[in-house]
Amino acid sequence: MEYLIVFLPLIGSLICYLGKDLGNLFSEISSSLLIVVSAVLSIIIFYNGFVHNIYGNYQILNWINSGELNVNWSINIDPLSSVMIVVVTLISALVHIYSIGYMSHDPHKPRFMSYLSLFTFSMLCLVVSDNFLQLFFGWEGVGLCSYLLIGFWYKKNSANNAAIKAFIVNRVGDFGLAIGIFLIFFQFGTLNFSELFNLVELNSDKNIKFIFADFNLITTICVFLFIGAMGKSAQFILHTWLPDAMEGPTPVSALIHAATMVTAGVFLVVKCSPLFEYSQFALNLVAIVGMITALFAASVALVQNDIKKIIAYSTCSQLGYMFFAAGIGAYHVAMFHLFTHAFFKALLFLGAGSVIHVFRDEQDIGNMGGVWKKIPFTMTLMLIGTLALTGFPFLSGFYSKDAIIEFAYLKNSNIGTYVVVVGIFTAFLTSLYSWRLFIRTFFGEYNNKKISLKELHESPPVMTIPLIILALGSIFSGFLFKDIFIGQSNLEFWNDSIFFLNDFKNTKISTWFLLLTPSIVLISIPIAYFIYLKDKSILDGIKKTNLPLYKFLLNKWYIDEFYEITLVRPIKKLGLTFWKKGDENTIDRFGPDGVSKLIKFISNKASQFQTGYIYDYAFVMLIGLSALITFLILK
Amino acid sequence: MDFPILSTIIFLPLVGAFFILLSKSKDNKSAKYISVFTTLINLILSLFLWYSFDNQIVEFQFVEEKVWIENFFKYKLGIDGISVLFIVLTSFITQICVISCINSIKLRIKEFLIALLVLETFMLGVFCSLDLLLFYLFFEAGLIPMFLIIGVWGGARRVYSAFKFFLYTLLGSVLMLVAIITIFWLTGSTDVTEIYQIKIPEQYQTILWLAFFSSFAVKLPMWPVHTWLPDAHVEAPTAGSVILAAILLKMAGYGFLRFSIGMFPLASEFFVPLVYVLSLIAIIYTSLIALMQDDMKKLIAYSSVGHMGFVTLGVFTFTTQGIEGGIYQMISHGLISAALFLCVGVLYDRMNSRMINDYGGVVSILPKFSLLFIIFVLGGLGLPGTSGFIGEFLVLLGAFKKNFLVAVIASIGVVLAAAYMLWLAKKVIFGEVKNDKVKILKDVNYSEGFVLSILVILTLFFGFYPEPIFNTISPSVNNLIDVYQFEINSKISNIN
Repeated sequence: MEYLIVFLPLIGSLICYLGKDLGNLFSEISSSLLIVVSAVLSIIIFYNGFVHNIYGNYQILNWINSGELNVNWSINIDPLSSVMIVVVTLISALVHIYSIGYMSHDPHKPRFMSYLSLFTFSMLCLVVSDNFLQLFFGWEGVGLCSYLLIGFWYKKNSANNAAIKAFIVNRVGDFGLAIGIFLIFFQFGTLNFSELFNLVELNSDKNIKFIFADFNLITTICVFLFIGAMGKSAQFILHTWLPDAMEGPTPVSALIHAATMVTAGVFLVVKCSPLFEYSQFALNLVAIVGMITALFAASVALVQNDIKKIIAYSTCSQLGYMFFAAGIGAYHVAMFHLFTHAFFKALLFLGAGSVIHVFRDEQDIGNMGGVWKKIPFTMTLMLIGTLALTGFPFLSGFYSKDAIIEFAYLKNSNIGTYVVVVGIFTAFLTSLYSWRLFIRTFFGEYNNKKISLKELHESPPVMTIPLIILALGSIFSGFLFKDIFIGQSNLEFWNDSIFFLNDFKNTKISTWFLLLTPSIVLISIPIAYFIYLKDKSILDGIKKTNLPLYKFLLNKWYIDEFYEITLVRPIKKLGLTFWKKGDENTIDRFGPDGVSKLIKFISNKASQFQTGYIYDYAFVMLIGLSALITFLILK
Repeated sequence: MDFPILSTIIFLPLVGAFFILLSKSKDNKSAKYISVFTTLINLILSLFLWYSFDNQIVEFQFVEEKVWIENFFKYKLGIDGISVLFIVLTSFITQICVISCINSIKLRIKEFLIALLVLETFMLGVFCSLDLLLFYLFFEAGLIPMFLIIGVWGGARRVYSAFKFFLYTLLGSVLMLVAIITIFWLTGSTDVTEIYQIKIPEQYQTILWLAFFSSFAVKLPMWPVHTWLPDAHVEAPTAGSVILAAILLKMAGYGFLRFSIGMFPLASEFFVPLVYVLSLIAIIYTSLIALMQDDMKKLIAYSSVGHMGFVTLGVFTFTTQGIEGGIYQMISHGLISAALFLCVGVLYDRMNSRMINDYGGVVSILPKFSLLFIIFVLGGLGLPGTSGFIGEFLVLLGAFKKNFLVAVIASIGVVLAAAYMLWLAKKVIFGEVKNDKVKILKDVNYSEGFVLSILVILTLFFGFYPEPIFNTISPSVNNLIDVYQFEINSKISNIN
């Protein structure tokens, strides 16, 4: 059964690609069906694990065997991976079905389905791995699929650039992850998770020399692993690829860039909790980067106009939440937020896709508005997504997001306090930009000049049914699963797949604190209503008085420009210099070309001796002879 | 074993070449058949050799020994786990080259095939020789057919490139010849196995190591003596580029393992910093240059220099992972770079252009070709699941044990590789079709598709299941490391 879960998507991918000529319907149905089967099996595994405590490790094949390095292909089912496979296969199955409708006008459907399935396979490889190398395989594999899917519309130059950017920025992160893996192997002689985690405690005080200074071993490893996580999960300074990745088709954004792939970084940190727990520095770093990202992305999302980019920044921001949850040691809460976020963010993206579909590929929310009566169904679903995201009481986001803030409060440390402040403030921003998106899209005046209002019509059922399932998940997943993930019995569920060095104190939280976040969320709704719908002059006023700030946010803190100036251009210049000045003007000029010129020059000179006149030769002979005689006499 | 299988493998292509020479000059068909047939037999024999190779034994196997010149020069062949793989690689790649060039070379096909087969003999000889002088003969003789292949069937600047190639490599080799003579003078033998036993004094090791190094460094090529490679690749015909990248470069890597480390362990240890620095420069410097190329062949050529930088880095870590990774990287680069040059050849045959800007949107017109090309591009950037990953990963793992900083800097090369390879894919494969000529191109034909598909299968197979290669090389590699460690330790204990 475990094998089927992992390999069904691969089979689906292959038959889609190889069976391109069998028609679109064949590829759509076969790949969707296989993924649905895989999803059902995952749920059974999750259920078995949760109820009967059945977990296991299945070795498939020996992969690399070099010296003391021994790595297997394997499937490792533990509570953590069982949660992940449910999220991955379930969202993937829904996205597959949705894509049948969304991509109905695209000529390359089999290829699209094939890539989606391949992605699912890679992601499953990543989460069920029992060693770092297979994880790295999946890690790069999902990066590849993300590259292929972002660049799916390969004729668009912007899509190609976004795809390359995604791959390369991820490679920078992977570079960190790879170094972390090297360090682990170098110090512990194994890449297997459980073997490694058994060795950690003994080595927690070890230092290593890095360049010229001594560093704590565990801290160094964690920092490098976290660089990998930052790349994949689009955390601040390595986040730039995620908004650009929205060039890909919307189902891709929902599956890869919201629900699954980008959470791989969070998964890595949680998976490596036995390492991170021994390094307070690394945990603080995780929390700080998470907080910066959460704030940064939310602030940028406030002023963007592209519907998908707003949601992309929102994803970035929510990933920040997950990271700072992990950073304060509340790994299970991070996983819970990952779980609920997968539902409502996929819902929002697919809903946005539905809106884009309705408006025929229009993505600017400035060109929408006033259509809620025409597409009430999509509007309702988006409303559910928005409520869940903002943490409206008793929807899924409410449980997970508030739990993060509460656990930070319980932590009762400096970093915990910062997390509380940032968490609450970001929740306010989240709710503002979410309502702005919602209001601008569905209410106010109808602003689209290309298509008349009458032409708009609701999306087909093949697209709306997956949305309904996701909506149900967004509403109930928090309430239903909160006991399992973060409730009293959570330690029983997680078993030893998550490691806590210090338990959380179960002190009562005062009621006013519990009510703080939800009330802010509730208050922000009328605020959003006023400034975005009722009285636009307020907003214009703010914009005018804070113009530099507005520009700063609109240009995403100028980070792309910063990279362009500090990295891209110098590297290009360096390459050109090395080529033209290094290879051609130095090595060749003084090397082979120089030598051959020199030899030509010398032989030219030498050939001048051969004049052909007998008196020249006689003269030279005479000089030679006299020199020889002189030499002999003097000797 | 009584049957001289190594000699058979080595000289069979020569016999084939002889028959091609005898075949009627008008009738190119028989020349083609003979060449395909000969290389096929050779491939089967090499695979049989690999199959019957006993990977439990550390000593050289299938040894053949004949005295050629009394007290001086023996004709001695033999293989260990490292060389057997290169023999298989050589016969495989030659086979592929013959298949691919039969259709693409229009001019003097007969002579071309003769040059190719003669070259195969010399290359195989290099990997089998256990006598220094014999090795030198094969090593140098290989220059001649390659020189002709570039000089006669090359592009517009072929003469310049051919001479550059020839002079560069010859210059390094002269020093190697001097070193071989010195070794004979010191030990009274040119037999490698005997020299392994007789320890060469340390003061000589350094200078001899440098002499061998100068030859191998040019051939590999290492920075800063790499500039012949891009020119040679650009001008060479497709089959020439493939052989050059897939095998000729590997001769130097093999030389490092067999001769530099085996005969001069102390000097090898002494020069590790030099090799590291040159390898790192090669990796970073050439990757940056590759980023700026507008000629596909040049881009792949520069990427080859970078990839070979990983090889030297790995070999000189003297760790199991490093050396095995280095060898793996050579094999994998042999497959992937060969495939990439073949892909460029496919485009060049149709469009007569190597310039990246002449292409774009190829995927809409040639979907099958594009799929194959993309897989090789991914192999080139070392994606896990392709053979390219395992080599690079093990090399970095090995380097990490020796020096943290070196491994970190080398890892940057992996990021850059992704940049230039994807950039190549984007400009050539994706985007809108800009050039009208591209619109009328035909997709890969049967033989091209066949050859490239085999390479794809191998690239992926060895990415997922590298066991066959590791099983073959690891006894020899471990032996190499043991001997090396023994030498270093005995030196240290002498000092104490």
